[in-house]
Amino acid sequence: MYPIVEKKILSETVKLMKVKAPLVAKKAKAGQFIILRIDEKGERIPLTIADYNRDEGTVTIIFMEVGKTTIKLGTMIEGDNILNFAGPLGEASEIENYGAVVCVGGGVGIAPLYPIIKALKEAGNYVICILGARDKSLLMLEEEINENCDELHIATDDGSKGLKGFVSDILQNLIDKEKRIDIVWAIGPVIMMKVVANLTKKYDIKTIVSLNPIMVDGTGMCGGCRVEVGGKTKFACVDGPEFDGHKVDFNNLMLRNRRFLRDEEEACKMLEETS
Amino acid sequence: MAVRKNKYEMPEQKPEKRINNFNEVPYGYDEQTAIDEAKRCLQCKNKPCMQGCPVEIDIPGFIKCIADGDFDKAAEVIKSKNSLPAISGRVCPYEEQCEGLCTIKKIGEPVGIGRLERFIADYERKKGINKPLKKKPTGKKAAIVGSGPAGLTCAGDLAKMGHEVTVFEAFHVPGGVLMYGIPEFRLPKEIVNAEVDYIKRLGVEIKYDVVVGKSISTEELLDDYDSVFIGTGAGLPRFLNIPGENLDGVYSANEFLTRVNMMKAYKFPEYDTPVKIGEVVATFGAGNVAMDSARTALRLGAKKSYIIYRRSDVEMPARNEEIEHAKEEGIIFKLLTNPIEFKGNDKGYLTQVKCIKMKLGEPDESGRRRPIPIPDSEEIIKIDTAIIAIGQSPNPLIPQTMKKLKIQKWGNIETDDDGRTNIPGVFAGGDIATGAATVILAMGAGKRSARAMDEYMKTKTWPIKK
Ligand SMILES: Cc1cc2nc3c(=O)[nH]c(=O)nc-3n(C[C@H](O)[C@H](O)[C@H](O)COP(=O)(O)OP(=O)(O)OC[C@H]3O[C@@H](n4cnc5c(N)ncnc54)[C@H](O)[C@@H]3O)c2cc1C
Ligand SMILES: Cc1cc2nc3c(=O)[nH]c(=O)nc-3n(C[C@H](O)[C@H](O)[C@H](O)COP(=O)(O)OP(=O)(O)OC[C@H]3O[C@@H](n4cnc5c(N)ncnc54)[C@H](O)[C@@H]3O)c2cc1C
Ligand code: SF4
Ligand code: SF4
Ligand code: FES
Repeated sequence: MYPIVEKKILSETVKLMKVKAPLVAKKAKAGQFIILRIDEKGERIPLTIADYNRDEGTVTIIFMEVGKTTIKLGTMIEGDNILNFAGPLGEASEIENYGAVVCVGGGVGIAPLYPIIKALKEAGNYVICILGARDKSLLMLEEEINENCDELHIATDDGSKGLKGFVSDILQNLIDKEKRIDIVWAIGPVIMMKVVANLTKKYDIKTIVSLNPIMVDGTGMCGGCRVEVGGKTKFACVDGPEFDGHKVDFNNLMLRNRRFLRDEEEACKMLEETS
Repeated sequence: MAVRKNKYEMPEQKPEKRINNFNEVPYGYDEQTAIDEAKRCLQCKNKPCMQGCPVEIDIPGFIKCIADGDFDKAAEVIKSKNSLPAISGRVCPYEEQCEGLCTIKKIGEPVGIGRLERFIADYERKKGINKPLKKKPTGKKAAIVGSGPAGLTCAGDLAKMGHEVTVFEAFHVPGGVLMYGIPEFRLPKEIVNAEVDYIKRLGVEIKYDVVVGKSISTEELLDDYDSVFIGTGAGLPRFLNIPGENLDGVYSANEFLTRVNMMKAYKFPEYDTPVKIGEVVATFGAGNVAMDSARTALRLGAKKSYIIYRRSDVEMPARNEEIEHAKEEGIIFKLLTNPIEFKGNDKGYLTQVKCIKMKLGEPDESGRRRPIPIPDSEEIIKIDTAIIAIGQSPNPLIPQTMKKLKIQKWGNIETDDDGRTNIPGVFAGGDIATGAATVILAMGAGKRSARAMDEYMKTKTWPIKK
């Protein structure tokens, strides 16, 4: 059992939770994730480690309510227990001093980007952040990120904050201005990562993306999380979740993430009806 | 005295009925039938059957007890060698092991050793399993990584020797393949749980959600424990490596079976994990894993369930009983047929598989005749779901994270006969050391390692390998 020690509502559909999980906290590194299961009948779902505190033994997760499990999780409160919480899983981000780094975060992808931004900054990089969301209510961790980077740019689809447009527009802008960029980290919706990777490919700027295929075990046992990278099949849970964005087959990932769409909608309806 | 040629029948659920439920297929012997079957045993002096049992159960010994009606004594005889008999009595490939060497095979069917073992285990479980005597505490601590049959057996034996034992398991349930792989209708999970309870009552602690190599390293375990056993199994699914394999609707058998067994997707949406199969399912491969997948698909409502295999029926590696059961249930066997490409629709969903007919050529290194494609014999089969069940490789997590550990060509951990690795204090056994094998071999390995660990923890000597 893993107690929720703190809960914050970041927006209507995005929640933050600090969970007591000392073993995970002790080993956690930027870029890794956990798999949790709420209760006996629950599904195992992966969520990125958004932050951790080794002394307190806590791990922070930030999630968007998109389906049955995340909606149910969103109803849990401080003091409630999560039944299973395993990790840290996956390979950590390769943090080093690259020089100038651009970190692009979209929507709930901003959460997993946060520990990477911190680590890159600590490693001595000049860190430029570009955050984007549909509207300003969905922008998260703005302050925390601002404190940990050298430049912050914001884009919203509706223009309610920052540039009206996409994160890729800002990135294009920086490239046009001949800003020095040694490497790009992009985490967000698959379509955003695809657009960013296509853009940087033209300029030959190395780009790391974090993939979020549907997972079951998270230990390399089922192959459900397989993605195509450079024409080879990789298991995102053990080989990733970060990969070279220029080599990822994003279309395949988008299709595979829709695998259970109809079933998930059914489960959600049941949840609404019973609660 | 003439011996009855055939085994006494074990009653089973009728095929028409059982394809609609997940209940166990055979019901097991009743007391009288068990005694009658036990009386078929000739009590051979040289005990040939025992040579076929990897855990050296005194087979004529326990059968004699059954024949005499002393079931408690029979249980004692079995338990002295095998702590998980309800499991091996159901899933052991006994046709090739103990029963394969039975003297009566010369004139008819062997003694139903597996069925009798199962009978005794079920009898004992219903009665309530006695807690066995434990030796007095030794003060030594052992860590077991993985709670499959290898890990559980090793843990149970070490606890009986008086050691303090902790099992670290990556998942939220114990049992390994027994829980996530082998389906309910072949091995009810209630039975696995009862066997695990028995091991817990010996004082073994199981810690879930701990992925060794990630949550904690093997080296750290060595700091806190006097010895470590690695039983992490063969969890890495192999794929066919043909075009279209990443389409939606193509599962590894591991994913498919895990969703259904461990996550209980057959009870979706009561349970949250979905599985989707459509009307026509094709399973590739012909081992136990393939039979389990094809039969599970049928129970989830598939109208047609194929087994597609590139060799012929004599080479099928599954247990005979599984193949028989699959045939009775209406699984369609397409043999000497090899998939070469999966095709999907514009939504990326699988719609068909292209196969080619094969014929058998000269024997290969494995001694089995090598299948070769027949030119211009392609055929297209319409399917909604494909399940790839062509084997598993050793789980790479520990080998990858413990750099000093010596690994063999196929990724298995190198050990001596007692499970010693190249690192003092670290033992390994089961599928992680042998590659995908059987439950009873994994249990045997766990047993031998437990003995060697006991010796190591007491003496701290580590034999140099030749
Ligand atoms: C390594 C990794 C890290 C992740 N980190 C985060 C995170 O930090 N915060 C966060 O909010 N989400 C994260 N996700 C996504 C998260 O796991 C899914 O949103 C969650 O599994 C949905 O479960 P559900 O039962 O609520 O929704 P479901 O009912 O299962 O699904 C609802 C909708 O989401 C789609 N979906 C299902 N699983 C995924 C998935 N893995 N990725 C994308 N879409 C999916 C479904 O097709 C459906 O359209 C991560 C995923 C991975 C693989
Ligand atoms: C579908 C199927 C059907 C089968 N049918 C039969 C049959 O009828 N008869 C038969 O004899 N054999 C059968 N087998 C084979 C048999 O199940 C295996 O040989 C046996 O389970 C191997 O046991 P094990 O203990 O070595 O590993 P496993 O049973 O694989 O257990 C390994 C355990 O280790 C855990 N683990 C892995 N990595 C880590 C880590 N890093 N940290 C912590 N825990 C970890 C896993 O979660 C798992 O619980 C079948 C296998 C499958 C898949
Ligand atoms: S454990 Fe397996 S091989 Fe040994 S007696 Fe039982 S069924 Fe036969
Ligand atoms: S070989 Fe067969 S008949 Fe002989 S002791 Fe063993 S089980 Fe009995
Ligand atoms: S989630 Fe099962 S192999 Fe990655």
